[in-house]
Amino acid sequence: MEAFSLNALEVESLRLSLWVSGWAVVGSLPVGIGVAWVLARLRFPGRVLLDGLVHLPLVLPPVVTGYTLLVLMGKNGPLGSLLQKTIGLSFSFNWKGAALASAIMAFPLLVRAVRLSIETVDQGLEAAARTLGARPLRVFFTVTLPLIMPGVLAGVILCFARSLSEFGATITFVSNIPGQTRTLPLALYTLTQVPGGEAGALRLCIISVLLALVALLASELLARRLDHRLKG
Amino acid sequence: MIDIQVARQQGSFRVDAGFRTPNAGITALFGLSGAGKTSVINMIAGLSRPDKGRIVVQERVLFDSDRGIDLPPEERSVGYIFQDGRLFPHLTVRSNLTYGMKLTPRSRRYIGFDQVVDLLGIEHLLDRRPGRLSGGEKQRVAIGRALLTSPRLLLMDEPLASLDQARKSEVIPFIGKLPAALSIPIIYVTHSTDEVLHLADDIVLMHCGKSVVAGKMPEVIHRPEFQEVIGRQEAFSVASMAVKNHDQSVGLTLLQGPAACLQVPLMKCAVGKPIRVRIRARDVAIALEPPSNTSVQNILEATIERVDMLASSLVDVRLNAGFPLLARVTIKAKNDLKLTVGQKVFALIKSMSISAGALDDGSGSSCSFG
Repeated sequence: MEAFSLNALEVESLRLSLWVSGWAVVGSLPVGIGVAWVLARLRFPGRVLLDGLVHLPLVLPPVVTGYTLLVLMGKNGPLGSLLQKTIGLSFSFNWKGAALASAIMAFPLLVRAVRLSIETVDQGLEAAARTLGARPLRVFFTVTLPLIMPGVLAGVILCFARSLSEFGATITFVSNIPGQTRTLPLALYTLTQVPGGEAGALRLCIISVLLALVALLASELLARRLDHRLKG
Repeated sequence: MIDIQVARQQGSFRVDAGFRTPNAGITALFGLSGAGKTSVINMIAGLSRPDKGRIVVQERVLFDSDRGIDLPPEERSVGYIFQDGRLFPHLTVRSNLTYGMKLTPRSRRYIGFDQVVDLLGIEHLLDRRPGRLSGGEKQRVAIGRALLTSPRLLLMDEPLASLDQARKSEVIPFIGKLPAALSIPIIYVTHSTDEVLHLADDIVLMHCGKSVVAGKMPEVIHRPEFQEVIGRQEAFSVASMAVKNHDQSVGLTLLQGPAACLQVPLMKCAVGKPIRVRIRARDVAIALEPPSNTSVQNILEATIERVDMLASSLVDVRLNAGFPLLARVTIKAKNDLKLTVGQKVFALIKSMSISAGALDDGSGSSCSFG
């Protein structure tokens, strides 16, 4: 059992990973649902471009995404310095930066899941709600959103799981700082780089697998429950 | 008055409809599939926008292209019952019913929750979800949901089309009693002559995107434009009558019209009940003298008002037999009898061939041949 008790560094990386991934989900969910709705429902020039932009992190090497973030959002980057000046928000070399990198990397998965379920919503139901006196925004929150909940949920789980496994963009953008940006994968990588780290690396490996399994199981259970609710 | 003038180009299909209809009763928007009926009511509901036109419901302008008025659907106070029900699957029947009611200011409501539940007989369904309802139950809930918004006009888009015969007979009585119970006008889209026969007070005939004729039932049925659209094979006349008496011993029911009587196979319904019967043109024969020793029960004196030659060597003879009656005979028969306009003849109708349609009559009490 001795081999399985985590040391402080490992606990810290696990806690940080959950924290960073949680914020990545919370931050990207409203934007993700919005972008998914725009892509599913609106036809406008530039839609293909927006679609491509959203999916870019999926196909680019993570290092490229991380470096782009560093250039744009870093202390001296155009966006980074602007945010620092206006609302005092800084993403450079702290956990917020790690959350941002995770969110950007997981964003395409979130948008895809939500968009697919928006496309399956019967727009006739939304029209019916309009004839019953509901304005478009109310229709969205009382009809569309409840009907796409299974998709949103799938998106959230995917987004969370992808955030937990984020490595390349994070290490490039905000480096590998214990307690700030050294999440589970980064801690694992660090352990593999030092002599005698094998046992710790193995423990983190097992934790990663367990986390992923729990996430997938939870999503499956919740999806079933929602499905049951929709079918009566 | 409900005043509809709408034009809209949809791809290569052009909808161009104009009609006025009273503020009461059921107006059937009748036509074959693809005649543009649903397009018209979608424009009335505000779900699609006419290129040009004007929509006025009870003195309220909902749309006017000249004055730039175009109210969104949620501000039109027009209830819409869709062919497929469109109940919200994630809500219970109760929440479906109250969805629109809660959005209607209390001061504007003219009908309450309990009243609607009673009227439609859906009390026992309130806690279920739409997924567990039968087709007929779904449509009744959909009607209730629309009614609870206290609309000034109710649109129904073939509400019975997705139901089987038994379910249709289940829903029809509820629709039939709405105009009287709530004094709300209904525009009812259908391609079924049975439903027109049972429910309509007025008809607007649509064909290829255009409104062809509009008027009162059953007069419009006898207009040549109407017979043209429903197809020569199907040509029929409609007589509005009332049940006078039943003769159990011979198995006949006597129907009394304003100027003629008809004998039909025994019906199950109350004496005095108004009823519309349909007589197909090809089931009406013509004789110059009243035949004796015949099995035909209905021998009516009639005057020929019009003779129309059809392309297929057939002749349509329009008779006045106390009600407008259409008879279809061959050219040979026409020549042998020398049928001409103004001539007095006898119309022969087998009682078996007179039908009250395949549906119930809307009273809730069964009123069918049996």
